[in-house]
Amino acid sequence: MFSRDRWLEIFDTIKKNKLRTFLSGFTVALGILIFVVLFGFGNGLDNTFDKYFKDDALNTMWINTGRTSKPYMGYKANRQIEFDNDDLEDISSRFAFYIDGITPRISSSGNIGYKLKSNNYSVRGVAPSHQKNEMTIMMQGRYINGLDVDNKERNVVIGRLVKQDLFGDENALGKFVSGEGRSWKVIGVFQDDGGDNEERMVYVPYTTLQLIQKNTDKLRQIIISYKPEIGYGGAVAFEDKIKKYLKQKKFIDPRDPRGIFIRSAASDLKENDQFKSALSSIILFVGIGTLLAGVIGISNIMVFVVKERTKELGIRKAIGATPSSIIGMIIQEAIFITTISGYVGLLVGIGILKLIGNTLEADYYITDPYVDLNTAILATFLLIGFGVFAGYIPAKRAARIKPIEAIRDN
Amino acid sequence: MGSNSLHVLKGINFTVKEGELVAIMGSSGSGKSTLLNILGMLDLLDKGTYDLDGVPIKDLDETKAANYRNKFLGFVFQSFNLINYKTALENVTLPLYYQGVNRKERETTALEYLNQVGLKEWATHLPSELSGGQKQRVAIARAMVTQPKVLLADELTGALDSKTSKEVMALIQEINKSGKTILIVTHEEDIAKMCSRIVRLKDGIIMEDKKNKMVKAI
Repeated sequence: MFSRDRWLEIFDTIKKNKLRTFLSGFTVALGILIFVVLFGFGNGLDNTFDKYFKDDALNTMWINTGRTSKPYMGYKANRQIEFDNDDLEDISSRFAFYIDGITPRISSSGNIGYKLKSNNYSVRGVAPSHQKNEMTIMMQGRYINGLDVDNKERNVVIGRLVKQDLFGDENALGKFVSGEGRSWKVIGVFQDDGGDNEERMVYVPYTTLQLIQKNTDKLRQIIISYKPEIGYGGAVAFEDKIKKYLKQKKFIDPRDPRGIFIRSAASDLKENDQFKSALSSIILFVGIGTLLAGVIGISNIMVFVVKERTKELGIRKAIGATPSSIIGMIIQEAIFITTISGYVGLLVGIGILKLIGNTLEADYYITDPYVDLNTAILATFLLIGFGVFAGYIPAKRAARIKPIEAIRDN
Repeated sequence: MGSNSLHVLKGINFTVKEGELVAIMGSSGSGKSTLLNILGMLDLLDKGTYDLDGVPIKDLDETKAANYRNKFLGFVFQSFNLINYKTALENVTLPLYYQGVNRKERETTALEYLNQVGLKEWATHLPSELSGGQKQRVAIARAMVTQPKVLLADELTGALDSKTSKEVMALIQEINKSGKTILIVTHEEDIAKMCSRIVRLKDGIIMEDKKNKMVKAI
């Protein structure tokens, strides 16, 4: 195996049979290449999935209001339900056992400017615990806090891209931006994994927004994060209880499906998990399929190669080659070619994935396609193994055939 | 092999002395090639004994046969059987490679033998660039390079014209003169007459075995 002469003999054979070498090498390289790229795409889809669905905290419950569809307790149907700030207090004291944090969300938009630059951005009026729900990461400064809410401060937390748009490289903290004809103090800059839109967002205390907009204390949306310890079952029970409580409080017919809408990550989570496991099995299936095609390809080529060399092997035997040296030669050659070309296929495949990067994200939902190296190397070794195995069987037969029979065929 | 066994050789008893140049003659199906294959350990005998240089050749497994072939025997075939992607020199070095001789020595020795068959200038040519006679001479050099006890040739002039055949036979006679034992299977009378002994086979038995006054090839 390690004799220099044997290697030289093999290099010589490889060099002088370029087409054959190319064919077997190409099969392996292509097999690995396609495997890496497809598997990478699969992982890219998986990444996109995670990105879209894992942006928000999983123990979150959204409570939205709408119009009722049934008359109840003297109220007409088609009544717009609204919360007010006291409801927040009531919910949190009543369901303290379940609740980790509670925040309203008032969605709005506004023109925000600094010096000569200005732009339209989404504005959200929130309470401090909103940070947890959106998994907002502070880069600089701080998030909205309780004092901001109580004092209706005109403080603003801006997204990374807002900061980039308006301030460029300048430090934004403590500066004043204009919005709704007033000036607001920038107290923090955040980033968010939920994509560019999330980072073109501006957060202000919800009380301030209420004051400026209509001077009311009405709310349309409440977001609750519940304690993770209560588990999936607890979350479902909690959802039921809070729905019942709010319907009663707002005089909505218990049988009315409208009026109050609750969406919780717990129910989403189950669906998402199913979807994700389906996605994973598809990826696995594609991977195994590609590998199988590669294995069949290299097996075919090896059988063909040995067949083609039968006469040569007969000649070698007639002049003194032992069966083991014949088998050894073929196997070693096969290992050499498949290893080198497998490595090349691996590199090219990873290169292609790197090159593609995020260019397919928008149209094909493939984010950061990658293959973890262990999987790729395992696949390469699998192909090498099968190549060798596929070579071994005909090589063994060729080594056993009487030299005179191998030579006779012309 | 198959369920039908066929007795090709039915009682052959002969001895070749060192330095003889023996022609084995017979029409096709007479068993001459089978005899040569058994002598060359390319085929196995079912019954009987075969001694080579006092060594009984029996219980051969493939590896042992390969080593014996490599050490004791040299082959020349009708269809030359050179490895087509190797140069003349590389073809001649190959038996030495299987003997484990180091590369430098292999090449010097092989070049020496190519020189003996008059093809030193053609050392780096591929078989496809050589004429039939040249190919056969490369094959002879390859057979001789391990200094075998016996040279076995199967219809070595079968694919050559008569002029080239004579040249190749002249080379064979020359090698024989230096003391090498040579067996040639042929069906051509002209070729047989250039040997020192002629064995005629028919249907697997020896019909005639006589000394011959060697005719010079050239």
